[in-house]
Amino acid sequence: MARFVIRRIGSAILVMFATSVLTFLIFQAIPSGDPAFRLAGKYSTPAQVDSIRKEWGFDKPVYVQYVKTMEKIFDGSVISYTQQLNVDQTVIHDLPATLSVTIGGAVIWLLFGVLFGVLSAIRAGRYLDRALTVLAFIGVSMPAFFLGAIALYYLGYKAKLFPLGDYVPLTRDPGAWFSHLLLPWITLAVLYIGIYSRILRSSVLDTLGEDYVRTARAKGISERRVLVRHALRNSMIPLISLWGLDFASLLGGGTILIEEVFNINGVGKYVGDSIGRLDVPPILVVTVFAAFAVVALSAVVDILYAALDPRIRLSS
Amino acid sequence: MSARRPGSSINGKDTGIDPATSTGTAFSGTLAPELDGGSKVELAPEMGPYQIAWRRLRRNRVALGFGLLFILIVVLCLLAPVYASDVAHTTPYANHVTDTVQVGGKTVDVVSLTGLPVGPTWHGRFFLGADANGRDVAVRLLYGGRNSLEIGGVATLITIVLGLLAGIVAGYFRGFADGLISRLLEVIWAYPVIVFGAAVGVIINVGGLDLGFVKLNGGTLLVPAIIIGIVYIPYVARPVRGKVLSVRGLDFVDAARQQGLGHMRIMAGEILPNVTTLAIVMIPLQLAQSILLEAALSFLGAGVQSPNPSWGTMIGDGTRLIPGAIHLTLVPGTMLVLCVLGINIFGDGVRDALDPRAKLRIER
Repeated sequence: MARFVIRRIGSAILVMFATSVLTFLIFQAIPSGDPAFRLAGKYSTPAQVDSIRKEWGFDKPVYVQYVKTMEKIFDGSVISYTQQLNVDQTVIHDLPATLSVTIGGAVIWLLFGVLFGVLSAIRAGRYLDRALTVLAFIGVSMPAFFLGAIALYYLGYKAKLFPLGDYVPLTRDPGAWFSHLLLPWITLAVLYIGIYSRILRSSVLDTLGEDYVRTARAKGISERRVLVRHALRNSMIPLISLWGLDFASLLGGGTILIEEVFNINGVGKYVGDSIGRLDVPPILVVTVFAAFAVVALSAVVDILYAALDPRIRLSS
Repeated sequence: MSARRPGSSINGKDTGIDPATSTGTAFSGTLAPELDGGSKVELAPEMGPYQIAWRRLRRNRVALGFGLLFILIVVLCLLAPVYASDVAHTTPYANHVTDTVQVGGKTVDVVSLTGLPVGPTWHGRFFLGADANGRDVAVRLLYGGRNSLEIGGVATLITIVLGLLAGIVAGYFRGFADGLISRLLEVIWAYPVIVFGAAVGVIINVGGLDLGFVKLNGGTLLVPAIIIGIVYIPYVARPVRGKVLSVRGLDFVDAARQQGLGHMRIMAGEILPNVTTLAIVMIPLQLAQSILLEAALSFLGAGVQSPNPSWGTMIGDGTRLIPGAIHLTLVPGTMLVLCVLGINIFGDGVRDALDPRAKLRIER
């Protein structure tokens, strides 16, 4: 186990390093034009561009540029020149909102994904299954920003059931935090409920055909217990690992569309707004952090996975 | 589709025509009708796997219906210039802010004095209303659809071709090539799709791209198409690689090698036919994902650039005018959902028909 953990962490560090290089290449090295000019933004003076060039080392060889860029990202001294705000501090400030959106959404989609998936599986081929399948397909075909905008208009503006966007910190008013986030959570969850319920449906149907399920039934265990203790338990393992990865990718800015539509000042909206302003430094920083978050969390998921299932660590 | 060698029984198994398992298995989607009457026909020895798949697909009315819906949307979008010139008498870029239009017998400003555009008129001009710049939404919807579909199509082509290439080379050669390709894919895979797409989109749209051998100017449709195509490569290459790994040790590959065939011949003639099913199943899946990602990127302003329309940019512009003009969001959004839904359900039917036992599902 220890060997597996060390190897997995080692490879995660390698991939992180590679993502940092790739991000650097995409942002600073490959595109034509002056990277200093790009970082400076639309309303920059030549003197500003000059000082940025020195600060980020764009007058030096490429490897120095890379080191300087990473240094700046990780010591927290990157500044959005368009806004004159420290990027790392803004990201940290915005993180709780993104975390709130992601956690709530993830809980909802896991609950309903499992519920619908199991219902679909035990009713396979029947009316309920067909209805849930159609819903799942609509869910995966529905872009979150469209669903969010429509829901906000009809449920928020017309029916006045939900507040019209914005984010209230949990520490300020837990009730308002919840009511403001409920619609974003549901909107975010719809897509994943569709995906998860379909995955779980097939995997439950898969396990229900296994010998040990037949054995359990032959022992005379109730159908409910067979389903929950024997079939579902095994079907959940791949789902949970997928859940970890989706969670990480949302945390790393994947909530960008939800936050834009519901006007939630999280990391995603920060990126989205920066795209609108063509403000490059925040996008650079969040891209690096996002990739790191995904790589780190996928390593954690793999290690947990291996701890739960010995076949994994023995096979690699 | 592909040259299948008579006598290589493994090919048959791969495409799932084992009749004992193919009908009514746990994996045949619930949208597919039960195939009770078909089992006798499926046993007919002279039928190739693709013929059998086509037979199965033909019986799946729901999938065919949604496939037809998608084709209808494509045809409508292709007819955009005809609609623009003969019905709406305008262009996707023409500005009619100061014009008036007849709605229910009354004459109304296309864009009111308060800046609100007119809603659907349900006749020739401004059939689906106007946008804030006084442009015909229906015309822009069709032209935007062309852009969205074009980008989705090109992106899918890039993803499938490069994904197949990467997957086959990695799985076939293993060792160093596999290590290199797999690590590279892992790096791309590490980024949240939307963040990576948005970042690259912005960078290229700001400065263009110049690699010496390829030059890309910001603002062209090719930019989002290439970005989307590349972002999704790992999602195709990984399963392909897995499949190749499981096939490469089989007897018919050994036989080909012993005949003295080169690597290229083996990869193209022996390995590729065994992953085509997988690739075909992935095409609709990828097309739907690519169109959705294009919409998302354009919505954020990192995809199709104004004044070029696409469903995503139209929704993006539209949400800014909620609650005043909901039709600007509803119209392109509904079209987008219908299109993607059509592809997804048809694609699921294709998957069911080709590979009823496949583990590939509706994932990103």
